[in-house]
Amino acid sequence: MTKTITDVVCPFCGTLCDDIEVIVSDDGKKLLEVDNACVIGTEKFLHSQSSDRITRPRMHQEDGSWKEISYDEAVEYTAQMLAKAKKPLMFGWSSTNCEAQSVGNEIAEMSRACCDNTAATCHGTSLIAIQDVGLPSCTLGEIKNRADRIIFWGCNPAHAHPRHMSRYSIFPRGFFTGKGQMSRKLIVVDPRVTDTAKMADMHLQVAQGQDYELLDALRVALKGEWLPDEVAGIPREKIREAADILKSGRFGIIFFGMGVTQTLGKNHNIDAAIAVTKDLNDYTKFSIMPMRGHYNVTGSGEVFAWQFGFPYAVDLTRGFARYNPGDTSTIDLLTRGEIDAMLTIGSDPGAHFPISAVKPIAKMPSVCIDPHLTPTSGVSKLHVPVAFNGVETGGNCYRMDNVPIDCRKVVEPPEGMLTDEEFLIKVRDRLKQLKGAA
Amino acid sequence: MSEYIIKNGHVFDPVQGIKGDKKDISIKDGKIVDKVSSSAKVIDARDKTVMAGAVEIHAHIAGPKVNLGRIYRPEDKLFSCTPTHGMERMGGGASIPTTFKTGYEYAKMGYTTAMEAAMPPLFSRHVHEEIRDTPIIDEGAFPVFGNNWFVMEYLKNGEVENTAAYIAWLLRATKGYAVKVVNPGGTEAWHWGLNCLSVNDPVPYFDITPAEIIKGLIEANEYLGLPHSMHIHPNNLGNPGNYTTTLDTLKIAQGMQPKNKFGREQVMHLTHTQFHSYGGDSWGNFESKAKEVMDYINKNKNITVDTGNVTLDETTTMTADGPFEHHLTGLNHLKWANVDVELETAAGVVPYIYSPNISVCAIQWAIGLELALYAKDPMRCFITTDHPNAGPFTRYPRVIKWLMSKKARETQINAFKHKDKVLSQTGIGAMDREISLYEIAAMTRAGPARSLGLTAICGGLKPGMDADVVVYNLNPEKPVGNPDQIETAFSRAAHVFKSGVEVVKDGEIVSSGNKRTLWVNAKVNDNPQVMRDITEKFLKYYSVTQNNYEALGHTFVPNPYALDVDATT
Repeated sequence: MTKTITDVVCPFCGTLCDDIEVIVSDDGKKLLEVDNACVIGTEKFLHSQSSDRITRPRMHQEDGSWKEISYDEAVEYTAQMLAKAKKPLMFGWSSTNCEAQSVGNEIAEMSRACCDNTAATCHGTSLIAIQDVGLPSCTLGEIKNRADRIIFWGCNPAHAHPRHMSRYSIFPRGFFTGKGQMSRKLIVVDPRVTDTAKMADMHLQVAQGQDYELLDALRVALKGEWLPDEVAGIPREKIREAADILKSGRFGIIFFGMGVTQTLGKNHNIDAAIAVTKDLNDYTKFSIMPMRGHYNVTGSGEVFAWQFGFPYAVDLTRGFARYNPGDTSTIDLLTRGEIDAMLTIGSDPGAHFPISAVKPIAKMPSVCIDPHLTPTSGVSKLHVPVAFNGVETGGNCYRMDNVPIDCRKVVEPPEGMLTDEEFLIKVRDRLKQLKGAA
Repeated sequence: MSEYIIKNGHVFDPVQGIKGDKKDISIKDGKIVDKVSSSAKVIDARDKTVMAGAVEIHAHIAGPKVNLGRIYRPEDKLFSCTPTHGMERMGGGASIPTTFKTGYEYAKMGYTTAMEAAMPPLFSRHVHEEIRDTPIIDEGAFPVFGNNWFVMEYLKNGEVENTAAYIAWLLRATKGYAVKVVNPGGTEAWHWGLNCLSVNDPVPYFDITPAEIIKGLIEANEYLGLPHSMHIHPNNLGNPGNYTTTLDTLKIAQGMQPKNKFGREQVMHLTHTQFHSYGGDSWGNFESKAKEVMDYINKNKNITVDTGNVTLDETTTMTADGPFEHHLTGLNHLKWANVDVELETAAGVVPYIYSPNISVCAIQWAIGLELALYAKDPMRCFITTDHPNAGPFTRYPRVIKWLMSKKARETQINAFKHKDKVLSQTGIGAMDREISLYEIAAMTRAGPARSLGLTAICGGLKPGMDADVVVYNLNPEKPVGNPDQIETAFSRAAHVFKSGVEVVKDGEIVSSGNKRTLWVNAKVNDNPQVMRDITEKFLKYYSVTQNNYEALGHTFVPNPYALDVDATT
């Protein structure tokens, strides 16, 4: 006999689907099938079952080989590393639960570390823009129930957030949107003809790197003022048509992704996008929402904020929290060579940072806490495999619209494996001893 | 647990009618007792003021909009960071302090209980995570109901019993404490960019008026017999001339009687009354209507209020009154954040600077004080700053100073740029009343505790109550030379006990205490219709499943304290 577990939360992307069904073996040890999830989510669940999974911590040896060690030895190495470091960096946090993040923050406070999450390479620029001009937003259920104007700007949910469109943004039939897709107009702004763009009522194929110009042109068009013949590769008439579509809606939303946050202009693009949203509220109701990537990058920002006051790039080295992106942000700290120890958890900077920021990691005492083998685990001195969060342990996570959802444990981790939180608690307790506190 | 005896202090306790008499307070096993053994630790309170732990009835200190404020206002942390220090975790933030700092600051001022005033039910887990990380003080959270689809659909058909069953379900699912109403109907209208500015404006689509929502929720609240009454932020907040809307709202409670076992005597709590007591029809002739509003409240015993005092600081406004925040950003052009929450509510956040050089801000300052000074029954009028909307809660000692000292008020009035305008548009200049320490104890302890239905637990020093005791460095027998002494004394208590544990000594945190989360567990008759409606709404309209909605106890509410209510028949 098998068991079906319902209402499972998918620990992959910021869409944080919570309607997954998972079929497990009778003894609860084997995960057999995953229903309702997208291909990426399904793979995430099934990957936990792979036979070649690493289940014990490993130390990188001088000859390049790996030596298996116990969790206790791993705790000792990590605590000693943090205790000795002058300016340790604790990076990641986006693929683990809020409970582990909380313990991590205690450790960071004791070791006066710099703390950062993956917003460093994704929506950190959005956060800067939000700090400049605010954020009129809403929950995803609002989109489902009310929205009749949808913009995807510089993002491609068909591939990156596969169930976003069916659960919230395009297809669902909500309370005031009984006709589903028929009741919505979809505008996609992207220099590429993506699979999302192919579904759009209007595809604005913006010239690469000219999003800011197009956003500003939209503001001009909303006010009915003069426009040149063409802005950012889009003819004036088309911009006016888009402005009219947006104004004539009852409830609209701009979803935006890396295409605007990490291209030319960065946070200034988002400033402009938020200004468009604010302007549109003079005519109708409009919201804007960043398409957050990792399933709990939002939660990491929330926990940092209520404990330290800032959502990312937090520097505790002076004994209180400071925030100055560019100065206290991870890539800058690494490339400037200011860091003398690095702990990575729930993220893979090795695969996503510029090489100039990855090389230093290989040269300093470093720990990578991750269930997978990643480029980061490959360059770190110590790799600590842990239970899959959201599969082998529960814990709270925040969806891209900041809605908290408590993940579920569906199977037991391989025997003797620790969760992120359990490992960090051991490190914290050992660090307390080393620091001579109670 | 250890025993304490607090000796020779001047005790102020409206619960027992003690007005500054020298009296010893004994503490044993977390409770106030008649006497303790000779081994009890002695706290010398000679020439000092002794009161119960203060009770915060309305503040925004935990949850999504508070944290949105923290996230989007790094500038709030400038010059307000506190390093790791002894027992204390590091903190930061002036108008929206981090959770740790929030707990410490409340405790140092002698507050031991606080209510988070607006919890969006969908975000209850977030609220509880922050409450868990706020040390020392007991906290509860009020879920918002005034724009909830279930409530509007039931009350449109006059179904009070179903509304009550839904309230009971939601309080349990979200571990909530009371029925909060914010801009009833207006916030739902805001989801379409609209608003309800009077109690008779119909809510778009739902075809119900704010007045019907208010009346129905009071009835449902009394049907259940909840510890606290319906707690309302009425329509038309912050606009000149809005006092008529406020009076219309208050009149809805006319003739309604409280029904509960907790000693609560009101059916409606009107919050941050200052924001709702404005006359005039523009910012040019903006004036105080504090007298008109307070006269009505003085006459109607089934209403309690809190003040919402403006403290003349830079702060961060945040409210579930979404349309108001949009209006405010249009006024001050500072950054605007908004969150519309599916089926339930909305929220907005805008920074605000209450400048003493702006006449409207100075008049608002005067109105808040006028309300407390006009109040005839300090057991029904409580001091708040609607933290952080009218000012941060850390300014309570300053508000107390203004209330207790005419001299302090005059100093402030003389410092205003538009002093003449303040005097012509308000009655503050002519008010001689100085609130006594006994009245302060009623306005910050016994009163809010009774209004919240917590008389058995806190707000007083009667044997059997929780040992929440505060000793202030203030000698009530000595005339106060400089009013600033009052502010200093209330800013940092000499001793604070929370449930019998000494948490503050000489203004420093010495223990993280034994924090609890207060919530209300209401039992009602089985109601298949409501359960079916809930299931249907989750299947069709919510973006989470019903099974992923509840704030489960183990992680979110590690130390719960449930007040049980039985409304089964």
